[in-house]
Amino acid sequence: MSSPQPGTNPGPGTGSGPPRADGGRPRTGGGRHARPGRNGRGPRGRGGGEQFMVPRADFRSYYGRPVIKEPVWKEPDVPAYLFFGGLAGASSVLAAAAQLTGRPGLARAAKTAAFGGISLSSAALINDLGRPARFHHMLRVFKVSSPMSVGSWLLSAYGPAAGAAVLSDFTGILPAVGSAATAGAALLGPAVTTYTAVLLCDTAVPAWHEAHREMPYVFAGSAASAAGGFALLAAPHGQAEPARRLAIVGAAVELAAKKLLERRLDARAEPYQTGRAGALLRAGEIVTACGLAVAGLSRRSRVGSALSGLALLGASALTRFGIFEAGRISARYPEYTVVPQRERKRNREAQDSQASQTPHAIQRSHAPQADQ
Amino acid sequence: MSSTERPGLTGGADPAERAGWGEHPPRMGFFTDTSVCIGCKACEVACKEWNEVPADGLLLTGMSFDNTIGLSGSTWRHVAFIEQQAPAGGPGQAAGGPGADGAAGPMRWLMSSDVCKHCSEAGCLDVCPTGALMRTEFGTVVVQDDVCNGCGYCVPACPFGVIGRREDDGGAHKCTLCYDRLGVGMEPACAKACPTDSIQFGPLDELRERAQARVVDLQEAGRADARLYLEGPDDGIGGAGAFFLLLDEPEVYGLPPDPVVATRSLPRMWKHAGLAAAGVGAMVLTAFFGSGTERR
Repeated sequence: MSSPQPGTNPGPGTGSGPPRADGGRPRTGGGRHARPGRNGRGPRGRGGGEQFMVPRADFRSYYGRPVIKEPVWKEPDVPAYLFFGGLAGASSVLAAAAQLTGRPGLARAAKTAAFGGISLSSAALINDLGRPARFHHMLRVFKVSSPMSVGSWLLSAYGPAAGAAVLSDFTGILPAVGSAATAGAALLGPAVTTYTAVLLCDTAVPAWHEAHREMPYVFAGSAASAAGGFALLAAPHGQAEPARRLAIVGAAVELAAKKLLERRLDARAEPYQTGRAGALLRAGEIVTACGLAVAGLSRRSRVGSALSGLALLGASALTRFGIFEAGRISARYPEYTVVPQRERKRNREAQDSQASQTPHAIQRSHAPQADQ
Repeated sequence: MSSTERPGLTGGADPAERAGWGEHPPRMGFFTDTSVCIGCKACEVACKEWNEVPADGLLLTGMSFDNTIGLSGSTWRHVAFIEQQAPAGGPGQAAGGPGADGAAGPMRWLMSSDVCKHCSEAGCLDVCPTGALMRTEFGTVVVQDDVCNGCGYCVPACPFGVIGRREDDGGAHKCTLCYDRLGVGMEPACAKACPTDSIQFGPLDELRERAQARVVDLQEAGRADARLYLEGPDDGIGGAGAFFLLLDEPEVYGLPPDPVVATRSLPRMWKHAGLAAAGVGAMVLTAFFGSGTERR
């Protein structure tokens, strides 16, 4: 702990364990790892590791209280909504391609995943509402500024299409309508996989918002990998080769996008690397690697295919849960909000003072740009 | 004025006009001058009483006199209490109060009544999928309880952690700047109850002028630490309808030092989502490429 300095101590060190407050750590820069978190753990996970990944600037806070609100979205509802939505959207594209190339078994498996996935996804979303009986209020208005509004409209077009596609496939009724529905679902499916990334990133939650560049690609890869994985598990072995490739490509894209995300965020990627979120994401990577290895090695084995499919499905789900948790942690501790904002402000002020010495640039100094 | 600055999706100099109000009253707001706040919490009580906001229960936090903790669905005014050593040379000569950690130097007590900022570019309003959150003719931001379905999106969208979802009714709630009182020409309950005029209510333009004069006065009187927070239209939320005079950095009061509404990057986010969606198609094409048509 650094010694208190005049005027920098936002609160007294309250020794007497307040019931809800995180404690009155005066200088959280040094004290954050000793902070008694809600579950007795700091953001780094168990106990209080002393080493920092990067030296952290001192920052101040109001008794260690969060600046922004932690999302009230529940687990497993919302991560499940993300995962099943991804599975569904990518499966619809897979289904259409399978149908076009004469693989009815693969198409049927993918259509089943699409409709099952979107049903579960919607159910999870509605269950998470504070007032589930009013879910239809989502369709009162259409707002581009609200990813959830865009998503609701998207789902209300996509869901019925995915439903009609699978219904026609199983019953043989109205094959022309079924084909049209399959095509429609395939057109909307990709958007279903990535709008949820925007939904998370269009918030004040630091770990999500700062990752807005890479998140759609992580979600797209994760969705493709899940769709391929499910089809490996459920489609006739002889038709599953494209599913295997899709799963492999998807997993590779997901891994690459995640690495890119962590590299660009640098120190701000900490919520993704530590604690429970870090564990979930690491587990996801390991399971992905296992799934990929099995998928590559066991082309001829039915059991191997099924196992790799299962692994990649699980890995995709782990990614969603990990990303969700990272966001919650980054909202819960004020340093994730305060430190980057301080930095941004300092940089802008430095630019401003430079600009005021350069006559040309005076005009463009003030409004904070939307970050990156 | 700031109309040439980057306007967000719902922002701009006159948010009521942008929201489609034709003839409308001037933009109303709060100027909270924390230098005269005495921490009486009359604002908290008046707000709860007038708006019939439920109690939060009794809880002793140990955070100085603050047992309210923060703004939430059931707390629309929150008085923060900060005990700290006064900066060198400043006034504030109270003897070491409770919680002084033994170090020499005068202690001082900062108190500040926090409230919804009624942003020009309001994140909560931008992301609300039902239209429950709306911009009033006074330029304020209000939740329509009969429309809200409790999706909770507004909660993490607020850069200030103001709006909350209540457990008891599942809906999102926050300060309305007493929309009902404004409608009949009355001032909001908190401002009415404030005994020191720490909470000042009025047309935003007037308040901004008054605040400028006040901060200059304070600085000339030796309070070099006096500063305005969210007073101008050039910040990351396009200017607030409720702004503050603070005596320390915003984060000391639990306020973000440089808030930017997330929606400002939304066009870029949609672009990336579109590219990634195209990527899903490309991945499927790759998966099928060269595998030809199966004959089974």
